[in-house]
Amino acid sequence: MNVPDDLLYTETHEWIKREGENVRVGITDHAQSELTDVVYVELPKKDRQANAKEAIAVVESVKAASDIYAPVKGAVVDANKALESNPALLNTDPFGEGWIFVLKIDNADDLKQLNDAAAYRKQIG
Amino acid sequence: MSETAHKKTPLYDEHVRRGGKMIPFGGWLMPVQYTSIVEEHRAVRSNVGMFDISHMGQLIVDGSRAREWLNKMLTNNIDKLDVGSSQYTFLLNERAGIIDDLIAYRISEEKFLLVVNASLTDEDFAWLDRHRAHDVDLTNRSAEFGGVAIQGPRVVDLFHGLLGDDVDLPARNQIVDLELEGMSLTVARTGYTGEDGVEVFFSASDAPKFWNLVLEKGERFGIKPCGLGARDTLRLEMCYPLNGSDLSAERNPIEAGLGSFVDLTKPDFIGREVLLRTKKDGPREKLVPFRMKDKGPPPRPHYSVFNNGERVGEVTSGTLSPSLNWGVGMAYVSTPHAKVGSKIDIEIRGQKFPATIEKKPLYKKS
Repeated sequence: MNVPDDLLYTETHEWIKREGENVRVGITDHAQSELTDVVYVELPKKDRQANAKEAIAVVESVKAASDIYAPVKGAVVDANKALESNPALLNTDPFGEGWIFVLKIDNADDLKQLNDAAAYRKQIG
Repeated sequence: MSETAHKKTPLYDEHVRRGGKMIPFGGWLMPVQYTSIVEEHRAVRSNVGMFDISHMGQLIVDGSRAREWLNKMLTNNIDKLDVGSSQYTFLLNERAGIIDDLIAYRISEEKFLLVVNASLTDEDFAWLDRHRAHDVDLTNRSAEFGGVAIQGPRVVDLFHGLLGDDVDLPARNQIVDLELEGMSLTVARTGYTGEDGVEVFFSASDAPKFWNLVLEKGERFGIKPCGLGARDTLRLEMCYPLNGSDLSAERNPIEAGLGSFVDLTKPDFIGREVLLRTKKDGPREKLVPFRMKDKGPPPRPHYSVFNNGERVGEVTSGTLSPSLNWGVGMAYVSTPHAKVGSKIDIEIRGQKFPATIEKKPLYKKS
């Protein structure tokens, strides 16, 4: 299972990439392989405020709907519109074209709460 | 429940070895999928797929009065069943609520095989045993037998590859005994997918050998091992009900739109009085298939159904149909709003999405 070293992770299987004042968020390779066949993604609205661990997006596979959580407090500045017409990007390129949203973070210190790749690898076994 | 509390079928090791993703289902650990629900679904629609159904319960009813007694316990008419035939039927409680839906096979003059839902095997057995006539034998042989469903348009080719071109499969809904490489097989031309197919039962100890032999011989026909995920999407496209989702002890077969598997002309069976009343007065709600009007989130169980802002029902099964690439489902809808062609709305995360009530099945072979 691919767990890139340069990303941060949540226990709920989101990955987080630092981009200056923003973070880009998606779901991990492990998460997409557990879900398989993503058929619908509900994106968060631009400018919406989100608290850490607040459900702000939904990923639906054939089998079930799963919430996607904001990893830290912030405001949504971008969402991946490509997923509306091609939700399978989450399966084919979870760390790239399959990103879900970008948050402008309130406080960079909040990122210290997140796990590094080694901790996430341990979590998924 | 922890994993250790769940039962394993005789094919458990084969599932794990082939990368099956195991989940608890009806008290068993079963593969939900191997590679992808969509791929497995498509294999069954266009080639052939194999499912482990060893978790399903197998009850044997035997005795000179077995036929007569079963006709009082089940809704369909056993008298119409010749030796070697099967029928879909219901086991009802006194209120005509569905305890279980099952297939009854007549395997000899006085002997019947009932294949029942995994999670209800013990409950069905207890109910039947409680009502048992004194000269009828009832046995639960579930633990000694394994079973698979082999389903898809290439199943006949596959069986000719396995058994030789001169061995014919039983006709639709028929059941026969066959031998293969020292294994005794009971083969029924039944299934839960809407495709041609068979359900095969064998001694639990033969399960891995049979499973691997079929996958090996089936390779050139594009066979795939399939999980419960594809089993669910395939049956839902056909509007076959799933007990626990679409059926329950609070629902009767007429409400479920399955009155054709109830013979009300039989003089006496459990639930008959209530069903006669339901038939006369009409059911308050009906189980109906529906299709979403637009692309959007797929419907899911327990979503509310609306008509012009009024709540008129609840979804019991829903998914994105892999064959249609469209959201479909089934729902209990109050009878005045349950007509084919009626417009309804499905509430998904606080937002209403339009849908139309359809005829069965939702998917038709082109």
